[in-house]
Amino acid sequence: MSEQTVEQKYAPGTHPSLPPPVADRGAIKWVRENLFSSPTNIVLTLLSIYLLYAIIPPLVDWMLINSVFDAGSRNECWEKGSGACWAIVVVRFDQFVYGFYPEEERWRVILAFLLLIAALVPILYDKTPFRKLGLVFSGVYPIIAYFLLWGGLGLAHVESAKFGGFMLTLTIGVTGIVASLPLGILLALGRRSDLLILRVICVCFIEFIRGVPLITLLFVASTLLNYFLPPGTYFDLLLRVLIMVTLFSAAYIAEVVRGGLQAIPKGQTEAAQALGLSYWKNMGLIILPQALKISIPGIVNTFIGLYKDTTLVVIIGLLDPIGLSQAVLADSKWQGLSTEIYVFIALFFFVSCFAMSRYSIYLEKKLETGHKR
Amino acid sequence: MAAVDYQQQPGVKLSELWVDKRSRGVIIQIIALILLLLFIGFIVNNTINNLKLLGVETGYGFLNEPSNYDINQRPIEYSSRSSHGRAALVGILNTAIVAGAGIVLATILGFVAGVLRLSGNWLISRLVYVWVELTRNVPLLLQILLWHGIIVHSLPRPQEALSPADGFFLSNRGFSVPSPQFEPGFWAVVIALGVAVAGAIWFAGYAKRVQEQTGKHYPVFTINLALVVGLPLIVFMAMGVPLTLDWPELRGFNFRGGVTVRPEFMALWLALSFYTAAFISENVRAGIQAVSHGQTEASYALGLRPNWTMRLVILPQALRVIIPPLISQYLNLTKNSSLAIAVGYMDIVATIGGISLNQTGRALECMSIVLGLYLAFSLFISTVMNWYNKRVALVER
Repeated sequence: MSEQTVEQKYAPGTHPSLPPPVADRGAIKWVRENLFSSPTNIVLTLLSIYLLYAIIPPLVDWMLINSVFDAGSRNECWEKGSGACWAIVVVRFDQFVYGFYPEEERWRVILAFLLLIAALVPILYDKTPFRKLGLVFSGVYPIIAYFLLWGGLGLAHVESAKFGGFMLTLTIGVTGIVASLPLGILLALGRRSDLLILRVICVCFIEFIRGVPLITLLFVASTLLNYFLPPGTYFDLLLRVLIMVTLFSAAYIAEVVRGGLQAIPKGQTEAAQALGLSYWKNMGLIILPQALKISIPGIVNTFIGLYKDTTLVVIIGLLDPIGLSQAVLADSKWQGLSTEIYVFIALFFFVSCFAMSRYSIYLEKKLETGHKR
Repeated sequence: MAAVDYQQQPGVKLSELWVDKRSRGVIIQIIALILLLLFIGFIVNNTINNLKLLGVETGYGFLNEPSNYDINQRPIEYSSRSSHGRAALVGILNTAIVAGAGIVLATILGFVAGVLRLSGNWLISRLVYVWVELTRNVPLLLQILLWHGIIVHSLPRPQEALSPADGFFLSNRGFSVPSPQFEPGFWAVVIALGVAVAGAIWFAGYAKRVQEQTGKHYPVFTINLALVVGLPLIVFMAMGVPLTLDWPELRGFNFRGGVTVRPEFMALWLALSFYTAAFISENVRAGIQAVSHGQTEASYALGLRPNWTMRLVILPQALRVIIPPLISQYLNLTKNSSLAIAVGYMDIVATIGGISLNQTGRALECMSIVLGLYLAFSLFISTVMNWYNKRVALVER
């Protein structure tokens, strides 16, 4: 009865809107629409929940609750807890980071790493204060890093055979990324050039590199390069690897950039020519800025691929984290703990690669000018 | 007003050659060619000198010499007395097996994951997203080693093998399954299968013609499925079941009989498949999203049911976007199978490019074989791809 009296208070058409039914708003609506909208969806949801239940608790248990961080050997670990034995990572942490870099010189690696961050900031964020000055620093950073890591200018010389662990990964990764981008752009321009011979050379190079796995190229670097150089030439193994990794990813970047170049309408070049711009001005001011913008996702993917591929150097005997883990696992005190070590290394790669891919998405959004066709 | 005479200077100054675009192009190309030839000459000259200095014989004759090493996973007859050439062949077959098996599993997983990623179900789409990101951002080599470690260290010994079904044993020595032993009558079944496939293709074409002319629609898929499965099955029964199974049995410390899929193969296969599937799922997602929503709406407006819309309208258009990157993922998978060497699976790089190379010291010859094989395969695939792209490309303007 009371409801009727309430309704009668309003003139027709002036009743304020009522809230939607309970099942059609808030969390319940969301759950109904996103988890239980159809029989198939109900099955999928229940399956996912079961999967989560089957995976997450044992994983947390293994990784955190029952894991052991402080132990002197594998057996001690297993006595203390049934979970992961992170003690092996704790005990060998320095080795995983620096490889066999001399202990008293390790401050140089840390300094080089900090300076790397300082050099990256002005490149990655255009709102950095004093950005121009910062970019100059970024430009000279490779030289500084070279002297810091390998020695010279009063610093003790360190052989590259002593490089290892994550610092080796970073050295190869950063050098490869920095060197392969300009080379890749030049190769892409060569492939699109009107000059026949130049074009043929670039096409052959790109197709050859892209046609074979990186491992075989690294094998070539480690076994064949001695044949190709004048007798008696000594060539640092790390340097060979750096060259091969750079050439490898340059070929892939060339293809990505070529895709970007092809997407730019011919009218842009024609307009630039009509304005009297030379080839290099046309490319540098008109075509490349647009082409590179389109190619960002592909370029960053190539960088991520290169970064992950740095692990392959273990196969020709360099001591990257995986190479070190083989050595650590050979120690009878720690045998059989491969899963812990591999998960630890995987975490490192996941964090760096995921950060790179996130940055690429951010950059894409920032450069989006709304001209998307 | 007198016209300017552009021909007034008969001689061409050298500096003008650089100003003129065409002649400059010619000059640049000549310089590039000379540099390239000098570079090649330098390398060839060095190689000849080095080979002379080392006193190594060259040539591919060693391929006929006995290899003196064993290969544990061999699809064809091979022993340590077989030649290096035979070892290379075993390696090629092993690469082909793991690449083929990987492509099949990666495609299935990738398509399922790609579709689930777009599902309206929030939970499953998030789960797939997490899996894709985890898999894509961890180096493949690490994943192979991780799988290998799990199989070798976490699975039980053969004596306590897990047995998901009768005759199937999962242990740290691999996965043992019954192997089929074909009897002479089996060829009839193979012929029946061939006839059934041919019949199915003809029927599909016939049904399409009929539908185009009269609008009458046959249930092509059901009939063809019955044909392809049913005919060989009937012949199989009629020939008196010409197939026996060789069951694996535990003898001592290992399994005898049947076929055992070794841990190295399993680790490589699973890691390759999951890794590539993560990339394929992103391609599939992008492909489906590339088909504009208007297509779905238009097809609903025409009265097509959702599964018909997917099959007849969305998928054909999505496949045009999906297939080129899909093929390049297949190519990547094949090239990535060279990581086999990390777990000791004897593929082409591990046999001829690894052990044979170390035993004979013929680095130049062995590496040229490996590089040549990969290169030939890649170029073949990319030629097919270019042909396919030209065929399916949208014709514009």
